[in-house]
Amino acid sequence: MTTLLTVEGVNKNFSGLKALDDVNLTIKEGSVHAIIGPNGAGKSTFLNCLVGRLIPDTGTVTYFGQGMPENLSGVTPHEINQKGISRVFQTPEVFEDLTLFENAMIPAMARADGSFKLNSWNRILGRGEIKDQAEHILEDVGLLEKRNITSGTLSRGDKRRLELAMCLVQDPKLLLLDEPTAGMARADTNNTIDLLKKIGEERGITKVIIEHDMHVVFSLATTVSVLARGHVIAEGTPMEMKGDARVQEAYLGGAHL
Amino acid sequence: MKMKDNILIVIFAAAILTMPIWGTAIGAGYPDLLQKFAIFGLFAIGFNILFGFTGYLSFGHAAFLGIGSYTALWSFKLLTMNAIPAVLFAILVSGIFALGIGYVALRRSGIYFSILTLAFAQMCYNLAYSVLTPITNGETGLQLTNDDARIFDTATATAEGLPSTELFGMSLTGYNGFYFCAIILIIGFYVSVRLYRSSFGLMLLAVKSNQNRLKYTGVNTKPYLLSAFVISGMYAGLAGALMVVIDPLAGAERMQWTASGEVVLMTILGGVGTLLGPFIGAVVIKYFENIFSAFNDVLLRQIFDFLPDFILNIWVPFTNLFVGKGWHLTLGLLFMIIVIFLPGGAMEGFRRIKDKFIKKDTAEAGGTE
Repeated sequence: MTTLLTVEGVNKNFSGLKALDDVNLTIKEGSVHAIIGPNGAGKSTFLNCLVGRLIPDTGTVTYFGQGMPENLSGVTPHEINQKGISRVFQTPEVFEDLTLFENAMIPAMARADGSFKLNSWNRILGRGEIKDQAEHILEDVGLLEKRNITSGTLSRGDKRRLELAMCLVQDPKLLLLDEPTAGMARADTNNTIDLLKKIGEERGITKVIIEHDMHVVFSLATTVSVLARGHVIAEGTPMEMKGDARVQEAYLGGAHL
Repeated sequence: MKMKDNILIVIFAAAILTMPIWGTAIGAGYPDLLQKFAIFGLFAIGFNILFGFTGYLSFGHAAFLGIGSYTALWSFKLLTMNAIPAVLFAILVSGIFALGIGYVALRRSGIYFSILTLAFAQMCYNLAYSVLTPITNGETGLQLTNDDARIFDTATATAEGLPSTELFGMSLTGYNGFYFCAIILIIGFYVSVRLYRSSFGLMLLAVKSNQNRLKYTGVNTKPYLLSAFVISGMYAGLAGALMVVIDPLAGAERMQWTASGEVVLMTILGGVGTLLGPFIGAVVIKYFENIFSAFNDVLLRQIFDFLPDFILNIWVPFTNLFVGKGWHLTLGLLFMIIVIFLPGGAMEGFRRIKDKFIKKDTAEAGGTE
């Protein structure tokens, strides 16, 4: 497997608090990499460093989306997305005032147009290929029959599916998922796992998942990194991690290293 | 969707063009007031492209109104009394100003954006009022004189009196002026509907809905916001130019913050983010302004003549606070009632009435939740 993303020596401080402390990580193309760790371990900070919301104090994030290495630190979120990295938020972020169809149209349009172009001015909504893409993706996540509903009225689980659809319609190379099953009932969680698995098989998208729920991690992940107090304390397959004493300690004993 | 929009535009156009007829029925059948409806309606429709579509509340749009007015008047003074170049120059110049102001103000969002636009508008006002007196004629206001160059009009110049604005020989006073404004208003409305339905418009709505998501969807929101700001600034400039076409006089007070606030009220009163709402809000405010400011002490005494004297002596001075110059009190009350009971403005009111009559629609909408 080729490398898609490498993180080397990333540090991030928040007014003295070390959120990330010399994090090194390699993500292979086609893998599903889970990042686990107790609350406050720096998982979300790490993700934010990947998508451009935060800029690491030191260290580099290198992305091999087009084959050539590209440094991602300091690049704005929309540019990072254009390189093929999409993100699902911990609380679903969708366009709540717009219909599901419009929600799916916007990322498809953004992908087709890059960003702001004058030709988007006179293209009237719902034309051609982009419309098909949007409908197709809604069908994939099972929301097509709700296409004309305002997305703000959806349940949390449906919003999550919609957000996932919005990421997928862009056909990303790397999909970042921040606790995709947080606050979901077990049945919804299993649905989400199935959906993510299906997507993984069909499209071969590399995924990074932040997750607390070990059930989800063991169902999906091919590799796991354990983060505690901003350090990567262990790395390996899910099975290896299950028996690792350091991991047990980080979760149960508060990470005394 | 497209069919529905076309019907909306046709009905809108028909309603505007027949306004002199049905306006008479509500006591608004004279050009002065109808022109105001059209001009402020256009101003509000343009303002809505920024505030209604993107959610960015500008408190300084009157600056563009003033800039449009001054530009149009200079076109009348220097070039020709024809309204077309005046209008075009006003759009252009206000667009340039909007580009500059928007570029700076859009670095911030929310309340900070509002404050920045307010600051810019006050700067423009003060510049016009005092600093730039050679261009704006300060306190007195800029007006036409007989010594103006009007380089394209020398052939047709007449000796007696000030020339009036015209459109290829047709004088734009009275109802001609109204129809000129009305046609521009209809064009403005048409453009706003098309924008709303375009993918550009959808991006603006997405900015309003969730700018964060949009950024992580690969969209650089800045150019979209700046275009919306410039377009709505151009609408304001156009409205300012029309004011001058109707009455060739431009004063700095047109740029004051109260004027900026008025367009915000119009938009909210009619319905933010709706296509027709801002126009309705503008008409309602200008109509009530006209009616209520005409009342006075004497008239009130006539109306409440049936009351016993001792009540009359308390009641009339009390109601007098709400009419004439104090009509803003009435506006304030009206505004409060709308915001509290109909946050979506008049358009929400219409929708509720419509839903009451067409029960089927509500049943369908409720069933999907």
